[in-house]
Amino acid sequence: MTTASLADPLDPLGPDQRTLLRLATAGSVDDGKSTLIGRLLFDSKQTFIDQMEAIERSSRTRGEDDVNLAYLTDGLRSEREQGITIDVAYRYFSTPRRKFILADTPGHVQYTRNMVTGASTADAALLLVDARRGVLEQTRRHAYLSNLLGIRHFVLCVNKMDLVDWDRPVFDAISEELTRFAGRMGVTDVQAIPISAKLGDWVVEPSQNMSWYPGPPLLELLETLEASDPPQHHASRFPVQYVVRPLREAYHDYRGYAGTMASGVLRVGDRVKVMPSGAETTVAGIDAFDHELAEATPPMAVTVRLTDQLDIRRGSMIVAADHPPIAASSIDAHVCWMSERVPLRERDRLVVKHTTQTTRALVEEVGARLDVNTLEYDLTASQLSLNEIGRVRLRLMAPLSVDPYDESRETGAFILIDEATSATVGAGMITAGE
Amino acid sequence: MTTTATRPAALDTLSWLEAEGIHIIREVAAELERPCLLFSGGKDSIVMLRLAEKAFWPARIPFPVMHVDTGHNFPEAIDFRDRRVAELDVELIVASVQDSIDQGRVVEETGPRASRNRLQTVTLLDAVLAHDFDALFGGARRDEEKARAKERIFSFRDAFGQWDPSNQRPELWNLYNGKLTRGEHIRAFPLSNWTELDVWQYIKREDLEIPSIYFAHDRPMFKRDGMLFPVSEFVPRLPGEDPFDARVRFRTVGDMTCTAGVLSEAETLEAVVAEIAATRITERGETRADDRFSEAAMEDRKREGYF
Ligand SMILES: Nc1nc2c(ncn2[C@@H]2O[C@H](COP(=O)(O)OP(=O)(O)OP(=O)(O)O)[C@@H](O)[C@H]2O)c(=O)[nH]1
Ligand SMILES: [Mg+2]
Repeated sequence: MTTASLADPLDPLGPDQRTLLRLATAGSVDDGKSTLIGRLLFDSKQTFIDQMEAIERSSRTRGEDDVNLAYLTDGLRSEREQGITIDVAYRYFSTPRRKFILADTPGHVQYTRNMVTGASTADAALLLVDARRGVLEQTRRHAYLSNLLGIRHFVLCVNKMDLVDWDRPVFDAISEELTRFAGRMGVTDVQAIPISAKLGDWVVEPSQNMSWYPGPPLLELLETLEASDPPQHHASRFPVQYVVRPLREAYHDYRGYAGTMASGVLRVGDRVKVMPSGAETTVAGIDAFDHELAEATPPMAVTVRLTDQLDIRRGSMIVAADHPPIAASSIDAHVCWMSERVPLRERDRLVVKHTTQTTRALVEEVGARLDVNTLEYDLTASQLSLNEIGRVRLRLMAPLSVDPYDESRETGAFILIDEATSATVGAGMITAGE
Repeated sequence: MTTTATRPAALDTLSWLEAEGIHIIREVAAELERPCLLFSGGKDSIVMLRLAEKAFWPARIPFPVMHVDTGHNFPEAIDFRDRRVAELDVELIVASVQDSIDQGRVVEETGPRASRNRLQTVTLLDAVLAHDFDALFGGARRDEEKARAKERIFSFRDAFGQWDPSNQRPELWNLYNGKLTRGEHIRAFPLSNWTELDVWQYIKREDLEIPSIYFAHDRPMFKRDGMLFPVSEFVPRLPGEDPFDARVRFRTVGDMTCTAGVLSEAETLEAVVAEIAATRITERGETRADDRFSEAAMEDRKREGYF
């Protein structure tokens, strides 16, 4: 990236080509995730005077010794009362190099579904470990879930180093253990950093207490972290979201298919297939409000016109003719189960939402359940309880156009909805379809 | 694999935010029966309306626009509202707090600090029922306030309009679950991930018109609780609250009784944004009287169904 494309602080309306990095925190309860986000914001001078006054007031009212920086994200009344994070908080900040969206997620196992919510849109994970307690089951669960969701870049923050006398061997042992664990999941990019979120060591500023660590501080690391390549093959996928038929004289014959590019590149003149029928046609035009485009790439929201009149509706998918997705009437997937009400059992019926299509599914098989400590799958399992991860086969009422999740996030992901409560109860990542 | 195109460059932040917002708006329009877009004439709702215009072009926006009118408006904002709605040829519904008062649905607060801000909630929920809306688009951003920072993009309200922050649905990827149970409706927030500065940058990039009160102008003001409020027939002044002329602009457009202005010389978009980029006080902290009372003022109002 050239310097010319960076933001100019003196000209906030000037050209700004900075891209976004989406980060999610992960780790066990009380490891200091919220405190760290607060520290990052405070030390990088991204907090506002009235915000700081408010959290100083709250800390004093609750009789705390210091200003509790976790209150910058723990904004709900019950979170402050209980001293834990319950739901994801999103915070926005930027440096001259990059813009960030931080999702501060809860560590408590009861709120794993909220952690999954925050991690599902993240490019990288900030994984925290309390130096005194080391790698815990919940640390492994969050690391595994982040990886399953497609996060390939991990920053391991060994926190509360102040409580272990800034001891280097403690840091080395934890980073080694976690790097080994990540390696077994296939994750090779783990950068470890010793910090004290509470005192600020190696967060934005270098630390006197841990001069044995060469740096850079966390913020600098995040500014230069390689932005994640979301798993995405290059074949075009355009799920149709909405059919645009203007009932206005000037656009009498206009018929466009509105949607968000999921993968690949769609160009005017491309030969495409329309799923699920498989009928072929050609891209006649790509409209983006006040101008026409020659091509569209993810995640642009555009309207596509085709040369032939075909039966296309919400849930149809316009795809590269020479590289179509699998038209699946049955799918295998990793599922993270999130219902407090009932476990996921064989023969259950659920609603599946995949891209812009919604259908019903029958749970044909719950084939395996993950043990997050050993990373082994228990092949005798036949159901998944709250917060468990397993391998599931679903039979679909109507076919879905799918790709494996590790090739295409957008067309490989689905959610499961409980028909009785309308609640979202499962997150699914497709491994195969037929 | 037969296709070998190179990976496209990442979109710049504004284009990314715009695409996400359009995706959300189309998703709601496709999955819900009767959506409606809340339009106050403020900068966030102006941007949201722009995204809706883009989402369905060249078709008209396929849902109405609603203004919850406290009756205590900046006249400049109402003029602007009517002009914009006419331009887009969309249906405008005005839900009036005055009507709710006249019908005895709410009781007007009294005294010099009276505000209709809280009463809006009843007017809003009555309108949702009367028009049978199942989704309302709101221009709220997560960077505005700590309770909003926690809210989903599709946020559910029960039959009493209540938000339950400790029991939100998981929301994964961009797969929004729009299934309602009886009596529920959705508040959908297409600008969730925008910051105040993003909104201004977008206004500039799209060359959007905004009401004149966002720019520095001379206006009679008075001081209360360390903030500057516009003199209006709606706010009785306390002893010592003498009016004086000041050059001000407003950072948000709300109800005149509880929206404070800031001293400013910024007459152009560039100047306004330069001031905002340099400020050390949040938008709400600087301009909203209603959030100062308690630690969880916004969370409590949201629980009651406030937008
Ligand atoms: N001594 C010390 N205490 C810390 C440090 N970081 C966090 N803490 C304390 O650890 C406790 C938990 O911190 P939080 O930031 O709320 O932890 P969390 O990971 O966000 O917890 P959940 O969100 O509930 O999972 C608080 O009392 C913090 O003050 C640190 O670096 N050193
Ligand atoms: Mg926390």
